[in-house]
Amino acid sequence: MRYFCGIDIGASAAKLVIIDQQRQVVAKAVRRSGVDYTLAAQRCLEEALAASALAATQLAAAVSTGYGRDNVPWATERRTEIACHGRGAFHYFPHRMTVIDIGAQDSKVIHLDEQGRRTGFKMNRKCAAGTGAFLEEIALRLDLRLEQLNELAARSTKHIALNSFCTVFAATEILERIRAGEKVEDIVRAALHSVVKRVVEMDTLHGPLVLTGGVVAHNPVLAQLASEAFGTPALVPPDAQFVGALGAALFAAELDGRPTC
Amino acid sequence: MSTAPERKEFESSKKLRSVMGQYFAQLGQAAQQGQKVAWCTSVGPAELLRALGFLVYFPENHGAMLGATRMATELIPLANARGFSPDICSYLTSDIGSFIKGETPLKKLGLSGPPRPDVLVFNTNQCRDVQDWFQFYSRYFEVPCLGVFTPRAIGSLSESIIDDVARQLEELVEPLEKIAAMRLDPGRLSEVIELSRQCTVLWKAVLETAAQRPSPITFFDGTTQMGPAVVLRGEQAAVEYYQVLLDELRQRIADGVAAVAGERFRLYWEGMPIWGKLRPLAEQFIELKTCVVASTYCNSWVFEALDPADPFRSMARAYTSIFICRSDPEKEDYIAHMAQQFSIDGIIFHDAKTCPNNSNNRYGMPQRLRDRLGKPYLIINGDLNDLRLYSEEQTRTNIQAFVEQLAES
Ligand code: SF4
Repeated sequence: MRYFCGIDIGASAAKLVIIDQQRQVVAKAVRRSGVDYTLAAQRCLEEALAASALAATQLAAAVSTGYGRDNVPWATERRTEIACHGRGAFHYFPHRMTVIDIGAQDSKVIHLDEQGRRTGFKMNRKCAAGTGAFLEEIALRLDLRLEQLNELAARSTKHIALNSFCTVFAATEILERIRAGEKVEDIVRAALHSVVKRVVEMDTLHGPLVLTGGVVAHNPVLAQLASEAFGTPALVPPDAQFVGALGAALFAAELDGRPTC
Repeated sequence: MSTAPERKEFESSKKLRSVMGQYFAQLGQAAQQGQKVAWCTSVGPAELLRALGFLVYFPENHGAMLGATRMATELIPLANARGFSPDICSYLTSDIGSFIKGETPLKKLGLSGPPRPDVLVFNTNQCRDVQDWFQFYSRYFEVPCLGVFTPRAIGSLSESIIDDVARQLEELVEPLEKIAAMRLDPGRLSEVIELSRQCTVLWKAVLETAAQRPSPITFFDGTTQMGPAVVLRGEQAAVEYYQVLLDELRQRIADGVAAVAGERFRLYWEGMPIWGKLRPLAEQFIELKTCVVASTYCNSWVFEALDPADPFRSMARAYTSIFICRSDPEKEDYIAHMAQQFSIDGIIFHDAKTCPNNSNNRYGMPQRLRDRLGKPYLIINGDLNDLRLYSEEQTRTNIQAFVEQLAES
């Protein structure tokens, strides 16, 4: 049996997936990307190999993606995270669609046709609005852990809006809400809603909506808010955080047998 | 593993350096030689100024030098602190910052700084920023600032617009003659216009060599090679230089030499260059085997209407028919024509934060052109000079993803 590896080194987390020839996931690993991407990739690989009792020599090809894609010396090829999220999402939903990946540092809108070919894409502009970085900042302001956000937002009963594009200004708006005595769960929901608003502004949908990335994986409320905002149900693949790494592994499988440089 | 990409240098570049060096040396000696200096906007009436014996200096060229040397990012905040918003033209803010600090890349060329102006002449055909920019120096040096006010967003170019601009150009003559302390010799004006026309013909021919597959020249080469077309149009030196460059390009075509080895895709660049990032961008495209073959920007110094037999009206027509002061439908037709002429696979729009005048992606044009041409587009958010507005990693990823998409389709 031949195995294929995809490694997605994002701004916040490194995710690794190993698949077999039947495109079945046999191992996964995730850890913080930290400041040494090469090391993070190596550790993920060791962890996944150990968990699946595979040897590195059994990996026929590896594709790296994400911010740290150039820092994986053992990668056979590199692809952008735009290509990999598209490929990974198409594996679960093989039809025309718009994939929205909300990452720690940026968000992407990816349009795929019925064959899974990309027909267009957009990344958010330079700032943190509409990304996980925004939520990190808000959690810090509210003295919360990131893991608490989803549960709090799910309890919210009142809609409040944050208007600012700018993360820092939005944080100031939050201070005003706290002063006004708003409940923390309503503020958290407003912050998640703000991420969705930034994404809605980026592009229009072509076909069904699929959400991927760690932010959605950790905050299912976001999918509900996105469904409301776009007026269509948001599909979320299993292990949404690993979709980019899975896409990379699928590309690695496609490389099999092809000469590589 | 891929090898480090290499840009193919032009043999002519030695001559280019010498031609540009002589131009700056002359400006540096202007005061000693008692020669009058006029500052002019890049698409201003340079021919008229030359015919009146002025040495012509272009602050925008200085702005581009500040961007290319990446000095701009340190200098812009100095202008910001003096009331020039970070949202306005970053050529202006870099140039004024450079003036305040007394730091300039011209020092490397042996000048202590920009030559002192005797007059500043602008044309608002490109934007309003140039007027405010020149007026700053007019106040400081206490010298006249004269202007041509050209309408913007022009659809079809009517005779009444030409009449108006030609009249404004003619009205410049009297005050300029006073400053130059000489009468305008109509024969000399025709001569300068003829040289400028020849420069245009050759520069256009240079750019058109990129219609070949593979292209012998890239947009990034063009941003350096365009120097004489901007600062020396109307001079023999520019004509001679472009003849040499054109010969070299024709030889490249004959020898099958590609500017981007293994050219797979051909792109159009719409918008300003990102001056401080030309090298890494050029190298990334080489790595991706993708050639940016044509641009609106490099073609902005093509003035085909110039006619020595009809100096004022032809100058008016030439400087009013340029892309930047036209309406969106005119601009779209132009890009569509270029896309066809250069067989492009996609368009990159550079949304330069501080230059709305050269950022044509903001009113739905990329989408309209995609639908019209069936070619995909990519928008890069950045700036001509202010690297505080540029994300290197995001741009790299965007470009790589765009080329992946071209490969998929
Ligand atoms: S056209 Fe743009 S870059 Fe050129 S001077 Fe005007 S604002 Fe500046």
